[in-house]
Amino acid sequence: MADSKAVSVYPSARTGEGAAPVRTRGGDLWRRLTRNELAVAGGLILAVVAFAAVFAPYLSPEDPLEMNPTQLLQPPSADHWMGTDEFGRDILSRVIWGARISLYVGAISVTIAVLAGVSLGLVAGYFGGLVDDLIARVLDVVFAFPTILLALGIVGMLGPSLTNTMVAIGIVYTPVYARLARGTTLAVKERDFVEAAIVSGASSARIIGRHILPNVAAPLIVQTSLSLSLAILAEASLSFLGLGTQPPDPSWGTMVNTGQRLIELSPWPVVFPGLAIVLAVLAFNLIGDGLRDALDPRLRA
Amino acid sequence: MTRYLIRRVLLVIPVLFGVSVAVFLMLRLIPGDVVDVILGTEGAASPERLAQLRALFGLDRPFHEQYLAWLGGLLSGDLGRSIRTSRPILPDILTRLPVTLQLATMAMLLSLCIALPLGVLSAVRRYTRVDSLVRVIGLIGLSIPNFWLATMMILAVSTFARGVLPTSGFTPPSQDIGGNLRSLLLPSVALAVANMAILMRMTRSSMLEVLRQEYVTTARSKGLVERTVVYRHALRNALIPVATIAGVQVGYLLGGAIIVEQIFALPGVGTLILNGILQRDYPVVQAGVLFVAASFVLVNLAVDVLYAYLDPRIHYG
Repeated sequence: MADSKAVSVYPSARTGEGAAPVRTRGGDLWRRLTRNELAVAGGLILAVVAFAAVFAPYLSPEDPLEMNPTQLLQPPSADHWMGTDEFGRDILSRVIWGARISLYVGAISVTIAVLAGVSLGLVAGYFGGLVDDLIARVLDVVFAFPTILLALGIVGMLGPSLTNTMVAIGIVYTPVYARLARGTTLAVKERDFVEAAIVSGASSARIIGRHILPNVAAPLIVQTSLSLSLAILAEASLSFLGLGTQPPDPSWGTMVNTGQRLIELSPWPVVFPGLAIVLAVLAFNLIGDGLRDALDPRLRA
Repeated sequence: MTRYLIRRVLLVIPVLFGVSVAVFLMLRLIPGDVVDVILGTEGAASPERLAQLRALFGLDRPFHEQYLAWLGGLLSGDLGRSIRTSRPILPDILTRLPVTLQLATMAMLLSLCIALPLGVLSAVRRYTRVDSLVRVIGLIGLSIPNFWLATMMILAVSTFARGVLPTSGFTPPSQDIGGNLRSLLLPSVALAVANMAILMRMTRSSMLEVLRQEYVTTARSKGLVERTVVYRHALRNALIPVATIAGVQVGYLLGGAIIVEQIFALPGVGTLILNGILQRDYPVVQAGVLFVAASFVLVNLAVDVLYAYLDPRIHYG
């Protein structure tokens, strides 16, 4: 698989040619971002989801695990804004707690991918040669697996659990970061300030940390926002298949899974958690698009 | 050109080799080994029985020998047997793979049919209402999980149009080609939406990029009709990155097919893998993952070869 396959599914996050570091000051970036209506909308949605995740214990009207045999599969009402599920649990409370699981899994798994991927990419790009070749071959193999298939395979072997889900999603998204970091490192390495640092006898670790890493940051930020949306989708998918978050924990994917078996009786246990997934994923996509437009002047209007 | 093609085909071999190693290594992730899994349901086993079974599966041999034995079996068409049903795995996979591939193909065609025209329209009418609408559709399409969309479609059909389209099961094409397409219609729509959104966004940005190029300006200043400029000069070049992404997206479709098959009870490789995972039938999971990954690698090879013919700029020496 040639380098053409390094392209992420998002047109912006192209490594290689587009990855030349863009000098943007923080204030400038913020101003451009807040002028983008869609990005602001994404930010607001994310704020709501994050608020729900952080303050779930105070916000949720009921205990998300408390069953109520007299209130099974109720439609939305004044008592239960989103209705109740097959055990009489309050769906709104479960959706609120679900935000916590979703963001938590997203954050941990993307952190794993960023740490592993960026380290590999920096090392490959900076040292080149055999190390680069070796890392490239391994990444080619990981890229040869459809992401959800690989995640499924890993979770299937390790056994279904929340922790294994996070590890699997982290591994699956590692190569994207490695390619991104490698491409930028190659571009930056040739620049004068890096050569000056090498000539002045700085150590490799110092050159990578002080001179190269800051330049990798811009494309990384965009990719991270997009990866978070993909990670949330992946967790929801695995949980939907019964391999991620395990019942009775309120993950949105798990809720859709249990709800769809009784969908003929009541659609609400499926409708609301699904909408929550759409909103959370949409928020990160909107922010990612906004960040890309703000960071990449070529694509701007 | 021929040399390029040969090189490209040869490049696939190390990747396929790596995939087979990775899939083989997957078994190592199981806590304990296959024998523990088999005996797990039987209670405690004597050390002799354990050793006997390990020898049967070749687990007492060094790692590289195990791999070579497995690879040898693979190359001679023997994928081993299911540890649950004792049936040979390969025939099962070969009857199921076409279902998965047909589902992914239909989803891809569907996405392209919608993504290309809308993406071009959006780019040509940049910053109009049409453009905003297409962008919003793209963003939402990107954010809807396929399993939820599938579930909601089943709900909609069974509530408002009961019996119009099948919501479960598969009709083989040999039996009834119309019924076959109908049985895969809802699944392929569910699978196509996110892919369509991605291709649409890519078409739009790629068209915008190309429309800024000098040769497009030249074509316009020659007095060519805008239609000709857009379709003859711009679109052909704009399609190149779209084709690359479409190749990558095949992976998404094959992976997504696993989930969608489950929801619509389609007899594809996806349901085989999932049932394998739930029954801890590891050899079946291993074989299923291997075949889907290999299909992905080969489809990408096909896309690259196609590309070599399509791309007017590149002459491969």
